[in-house]
Amino acid sequence: MAASPALRVVEHQAYVFKSFWRGTLFAYVLNPLLYLGALGFGLGALITQNQGDVNGLPYVVFVAPGLMAAAAMMAAAGDSLWPIMAGTKWLRVFHAMVATPIAPRDVYTGTVIWTSLRAGMGAIVFLAVAAALGAVPSMWGVVAVPSAALTAAAFAAVLSAYAATQETDLRFRVIMSLVIMPLFLLSGTFFPVSQLPDGLQTLAWVSPLWHGVELCRASTTGTLALIDLVHVAVLAGVVLCARFWGTRTFAQKLAP
Amino acid sequence: MQRDAMIAATGLTKQFADFTAVDHISVRVERGESFGFLGPNGAGKTSTMRMIGCISERDAGQLTVLGMDPANEGAAIRARLGVVPQEDTLDLDLTVADNIVIYGRYFGLDRAQTKKRADELLDFVQLADRSNDRVDVLSGGMRRRLMIARALVNQPELILLDEPTTGLDPQARHLVWERLYRLKRDGATLVLTTHYMDEAQQLCDRLVIMDEGRIVAEGSPRSLIDQHSTRDVVELRFIDEHEQQLAVSRLENIGQRREVLAGRVLIYSNNGDADVERLSAVGLHPESLLVRRSTLEDVFLKLTGRSLDE
Repeated sequence: MAASPALRVVEHQAYVFKSFWRGTLFAYVLNPLLYLGALGFGLGALITQNQGDVNGLPYVVFVAPGLMAAAAMMAAAGDSLWPIMAGTKWLRVFHAMVATPIAPRDVYTGTVIWTSLRAGMGAIVFLAVAAALGAVPSMWGVVAVPSAALTAAAFAAVLSAYAATQETDLRFRVIMSLVIMPLFLLSGTFFPVSQLPDGLQTLAWVSPLWHGVELCRASTTGTLALIDLVHVAVLAGVVLCARFWGTRTFAQKLAP
Repeated sequence: MQRDAMIAATGLTKQFADFTAVDHISVRVERGESFGFLGPNGAGKTSTMRMIGCISERDAGQLTVLGMDPANEGAAIRARLGVVPQEDTLDLDLTVADNIVIYGRYFGLDRAQTKKRADELLDFVQLADRSNDRVDVLSGGMRRRLMIARALVNQPELILLDEPTTGLDPQARHLVWERLYRLKRDGATLVLTTHYMDEAQQLCDRLVIMDEGRIVAEGSPRSLIDQHSTRDVVELRFIDEHEQQLAVSRLENIGQRREVLAGRVLIYSNNGDADVERLSAVGLHPESLLVRRSTLEDVFLKLTGRSLDE
């Protein structure tokens, strides 16, 4: 049976990735080592001295799943802004795709799937490094990988749809510093959102990253419960809503 | 509508906000024909090609491509088209051969077979020795030829080329023309847009001249020239505007018709050499003088009052 058109796009990206993945592996390993080393163990030692633990967990165990989800968001943001501009404007590879039986919505769906898969690969390496450093107490930790991929999907779905509305990349840096960075810092990644002032707490709840962090944390600490399906539902909801938008923005961009 | 038409359009229109890019054009392209849209930039050629290529919806009129309606059978039509857009859309991260293989996958073609086909196609466009090179080291002319090879991967019934040689140096253009000529000779149906009259003259059996979204003339290059221009053209250049003005007043009885342009005067003549003699008889000595055959450029000038590259 013929594969879905969107999967052709995934195949294309995977084919390109095959030629340079070795170069990225080092960064994939180094990134969690640096973050977990500096924050989990460096800062974590201070926290242990002062108050012992965070939410009943050693700090490194608390922060590792937060960083894992945040890394997935960062990867998705990086792969969904500039590369989409390259596909639509700079190198115009997406225009080649839509001259074939592939439709603009397939290009959108395919790139979002691929970005999520790549973030998932990053999450596997992150999880392995974190586990090796003793930051993953539960076997349920493997569920953190699809959780991180779903987090990436939510961001990829929204940011790709947005990127296709832009004529230049001028606003991408603004998105990074005004949206992605605050989410990175305030979504329960480094400290529980209960530490935030009331108004900001509400904001954290609407942050897709917070839902991703909660899912990853429940996984690595082995505390997954039915209620966590709410996080899955929110993230999936973001993906589906963004898909309506992205289908339109890609069509407007590639087939006006 | 006959079943055989590769493209049949009537009243085809494309609107962007308050700008009408294509304004009720009607064209018909038969199987095996080499058909051209000739016109200056902004004439609506690319918009027309995008509608035919099923990547842009029409706003009014009828259109069938390969007997199907792009409005609801776009993917099925695109599966049987070979499209070479105006700007290169190659994947610079892939090798020359992989660009073709991956593109073939978009048509659902088997990978191993497509690899073989890629070799044949690269041979056809004389890039066989560059097969494993990365695309970013290729010259503009080579990239164009790769674009053409890639567009042939699905053995298209209809090949659409938007400005196939724009931006290429003369030698690279001739290589592209020669390959397109081969395709045409082998029976392919080619539809191309161009603002080069020599390209249209070389490659098109039949063409339409477009201006401001409308078709202003239609026919074979030869018949268009016969119909709208004289056999010869005498091109005169004078030392300055003043000399040119003085000369123009004395040209009135020479040739069938005269066009006064910035920096040159064209005399449309059925016998260029005889009219050159008449020029010296009236004592005119332009700085430079050239007798040539009429081209599609002259047809365009006559019909629109402007030259093609304006």
